[in-house]
Amino acid sequence: MHEMTTSLALAGELFAQGDSQLLAIVLLSLRVSLTATLLACLIGMPLGALLAVGRFPGRRTLIVLFNALMGLPPVVVGLIVYLLLSRAGPLGQFGLLFTPTAMVIAQTILIVPIVAALSRQVVEDAWREYREQLRSLGANRLRAARTLLWDGRFSLTTAGLAGFGRAVAEVGAVMIVGGNIDGVTRVMTTTIALETSKGDLPLALALGMILIAVVLLINIAAFLLRQWAERRWG
Amino acid sequence: MGGKALGMSHESNCTWLHLDQLGLTEGNIRIIDAITLKVGAGRTAILGPNGAGKSTLLRLMHGLLRPSAGKLHWPQTLSQGMVFQRPVMLRTTALANVAYGLKLRGVATKERQQRSMTALARVGLADFADRPARRLSGGEQQRVALARVWALEPQVLFLDEPTASLDPASSREVERIIKEIAASGTRIVMTTHNLGQARRIAEEVIYLEGGRVLEQTPAESFFRQPQTTAARSFLQEETP
Repeated sequence: MHEMTTSLALAGELFAQGDSQLLAIVLLSLRVSLTATLLACLIGMPLGALLAVGRFPGRRTLIVLFNALMGLPPVVVGLIVYLLLSRAGPLGQFGLLFTPTAMVIAQTILIVPIVAALSRQVVEDAWREYREQLRSLGANRLRAARTLLWDGRFSLTTAGLAGFGRAVAEVGAVMIVGGNIDGVTRVMTTTIALETSKGDLPLALALGMILIAVVLLINIAAFLLRQWAERRWG
Repeated sequence: MGGKALGMSHESNCTWLHLDQLGLTEGNIRIIDAITLKVGAGRTAILGPNGAGKSTLLRLMHGLLRPSAGKLHWPQTLSQGMVFQRPVMLRTTALANVAYGLKLRGVATKERQQRSMTALARVGLADFADRPARRLSGGEQQRVALARVWALEPQVLFLDEPTASLDPASSREVERIIKEIAASGTRIVMTTHNLGQARRIAEEVIYLEGGRVLEQTPAESFFRQPQTTAARSFLQEETP
């Protein structure tokens, strides 16, 4: 108990000083995970919409697959991306392993299924309601998918958010493809894991609290946005 | 002119839609049962008890459903539109909702805005152009839906119970708009539970029961003297 309070006090000091090491880690975390989320939204949302309104062979299989992939273990994604990017791997020539880019790639792969599956759900529900009207107005399926994505933009924040929450909180993938290199690929989660094992609890705790605060803040912002949207647009 | 049916226009107008043994079966249930029909009137009301297949017939005509038997024959290609019982509004302004249909048809932005504004004005909602469509009342939303379809100037307009979920004042307004659309030359086919409305709007009545057409008569004679006992008892039950 004593250790906990001391650590908390030290963590508070780190905050107060605006520790540059701490700041760098937090910023890298946010940069990597937000970029991965953006990419995952660009890929996953259209994909989800097409799965929702499309009619093609293998659609149901794909839906089940994406739902299953939502539970993809980060370490396995890390391992696969590691194999792809390692010098002997098919993408080895680009020298991306142990860079933030590698971390972005791994996290994107990790959360595309989440964003796609949740977007599919949102768009499919809307499609049920809008289908006849959109067809009557002359929208083909591709067009309908676009319309429904735009129309569901506020509900879809939830999908993006779920992806971000998963990305920013995972350790396994970024640890493997990033390597937790000090000042280069060290992010909040990998630092927490390392510092805890080294016994440096204050830094780990400070980062843990920031991580929770970041996730909380983004969720609150998304909640407020949705509430505003509901009032504004119905 | 001067057909057997009191010289009503549906006899003098040429048939614009021909149903030939049209059927729709779901599972073992025949929702639409081999309907053969010529639609030629400018304003047609499809009447019948709940579950008669009115909405399904309308959707078959509009092409939202594919018949499981028989054929629809359009002697000439006519542009179509449809208004549903519950309007579907996109999460944007009333104006953008009206413009959406024009956008799908590739109408250029400027003309789109103009035509959408005109259509909104016609339904009495010019002042609501910038309002979020989904925040409007049910009656106003239905008028936006009418403006949306009117802006497309369809040659045939299908209406599925367009006033069923509206209050009397909104119903009257929607009815006025439907009449105006009809007066502008658009052929109207509507289902309704409101017999007064059918009487006020329709030239011709198609009476449906159990997925079959039991009667197709000029509205005036249908309400005065229905030919079948089924229609007669329907009228008695539905008339307050």
